[in-house]
Amino acid sequence: MADFENAAAEVLYDESVSKSLRDMLRKNKTSAVSLVIVVLIMIAAAAAPLYLKYNPNKHSLKERFAAPSAAHWLGCDDLGRDQLTRLVYGARISILIGIIPTSFSMIIGTFLGLLSGYFGGRTDFWIMRAADIVLAFPSLLLAMVVSYTLGGGIMSIFAALSTVSWAGTARVIRAQTMSLKEHEFVEAARSVGVGDLVIMFRHILPNCLPNLIVLFTLNIPAAILNESALSFLGVGAAPPSASWGLMVYRYKTYLLSYPWLAIAPGVAILVFVLAFNFLGDGVRDALDPYMKD
Amino acid sequence: MLKFILKRILISVPVLIGVALVLFVLLNVVPGDPVTLMMGEHIKPNLIAMFRERMHLDDPVLIRFGRYILNALRGDFGVSYKDQREVSDLIAMAFPHTVKLTFYAVLVSWMIGIPSGIAAAVKQNTFIDRAFMGFSLMGVSLPVFWAGLLAQYVFAYKLAWLPTTGYYSFRYYIMPSVVLGWSSAGTVARLTRSNLLESLRNDFIRTARAKGLSESAVVVGHALKNALIPVVTVMALQVANLLGGAVMTESVFGIPGLGRIAVKAIADRDMPMLQGTVLFTTAIVIAGNLAADIVYAFLDPRISVEAG
Repeated sequence: MADFENAAAEVLYDESVSKSLRDMLRKNKTSAVSLVIVVLIMIAAAAAPLYLKYNPNKHSLKERFAAPSAAHWLGCDDLGRDQLTRLVYGARISILIGIIPTSFSMIIGTFLGLLSGYFGGRTDFWIMRAADIVLAFPSLLLAMVVSYTLGGGIMSIFAALSTVSWAGTARVIRAQTMSLKEHEFVEAARSVGVGDLVIMFRHILPNCLPNLIVLFTLNIPAAILNESALSFLGVGAAPPSASWGLMVYRYKTYLLSYPWLAIAPGVAILVFVLAFNFLGDGVRDALDPYMKD
Repeated sequence: MLKFILKRILISVPVLIGVALVLFVLLNVVPGDPVTLMMGEHIKPNLIAMFRERMHLDDPVLIRFGRYILNALRGDFGVSYKDQREVSDLIAMAFPHTVKLTFYAVLVSWMIGIPSGIAAAVKQNTFIDRAFMGFSLMGVSLPVFWAGLLAQYVFAYKLAWLPTTGYYSFRYYIMPSVVLGWSSAGTVARLTRSNLLESLRNDFIRTARAKGLSESAVVVGHALKNALIPVVTVMALQVANLLGGAVMTESVFGIPGLGRIAVKAIADRDMPMLQGTVLFTTAIVIAGNLAADIVYAFLDPRISVEAG
């Protein structure tokens, strides 16, 4: 019985996921380089205290608006704080904001998508109408309203970004679940009396993995861009925990006299998000059968 | 066809009511008394009571929600806490600016996205493919506000070719629409590319090639026509993105559109203003999606048959 259950829980394209990804990285150089950049930035941010000699929040009157130099590669800001150091510490916030709300919204979206696709009927109707409503809003405006309600700060950013992005995941997983539940292995599991929850999470969910990987790599850059936009509009993370978006917002005042202050964090966002998007494109081409040429 | 259109319209109505409900809930649980927010900290309690009464703030929640929906249907979004003016008047003043900006941005995103997508599809898996797609993807990855600042620095300050901020003539709209349009060109390019690639695999393309048509005649005359239908209709979905992006573009370039007043409403904690602007914008997006579905159904009759 137990054996039979395990056999039924086979994963339709288990080996092909990691193999497709490895093949993709070997063939698609843009994606491979992007992956290296993403990993390097993450390591640089995580290891920041080990190699940076300045404190990101230490003010220095003498070095206000210091131009880029050997001591301060990217100069200093209006309070004399080393810009490069702040940029690296900002990466931590931006990466956290890329990963935490994205994971959270994907867990919610996957759960609701599974419920919706598996049970159908009224459950499906209400979950999908909720998704329709969320997707009808321009996401930035909805995120603005949510963080307005919650009063700003990093937690409300997390909530805002999760609110706007669960619905897309739910739709994709629902469609996948609806087609998977017609397969024989689900039928087989049900016929030997496996419960609905076990079928959903042990039999169907593993087969949604390719979709989830694609969604995850594409949702992270979207979250980072949205956070930077919220911060720029003044409803984002609170200083001194400056994310890249907040840095652009702070330093835009000095754009004409000290342009590097506002330009550097923008370049950081661009490089990180671009690398993630290239990576996500490669991943999608490798895992999404409809996009394969 | 008529059945399909009616059905799509009927689906949109509950979505719109849901949107209104979500907004109402989110904006009415905000801590803080609107009257105090409006008049400052030190006012007499009896004045507060008088204004609460006048603004119907003490009515049961359901009645307030019902009133808000009925008023919104008549185009009445209440009175701004900050300016004491009709929210609908302020929206009516802002909307044309946003329409203008979005329209130009759509043009820009087509001018960048469609040729990039065609070039990338025709030269699939070559350097040209990657260069064009890279350029379009860069637009998607660019923080719109930062691109705007950079453009201001280079083209307005350093080169002095274009005015920095304002909305007085076409010249003022060049930078904002390019920045905003570029941000959604990637979507257009990707869609053009994948649709064109799919369209090029059809049998009638082989026939066209077999009868000796030049490659450009095959692509432009035969394949492109089919490939562009979804691209054009996806525009409506793009409008949602552009309206979101317009929030930032308008802030950077000082264009007094819907995004600007939404941001200002948040800064002023002006609830009716924010509620009205977001509800109005979302209604526009829903109407756009509806229009796109209907146009698409006319262009590709299979859709309405399948969706019944």
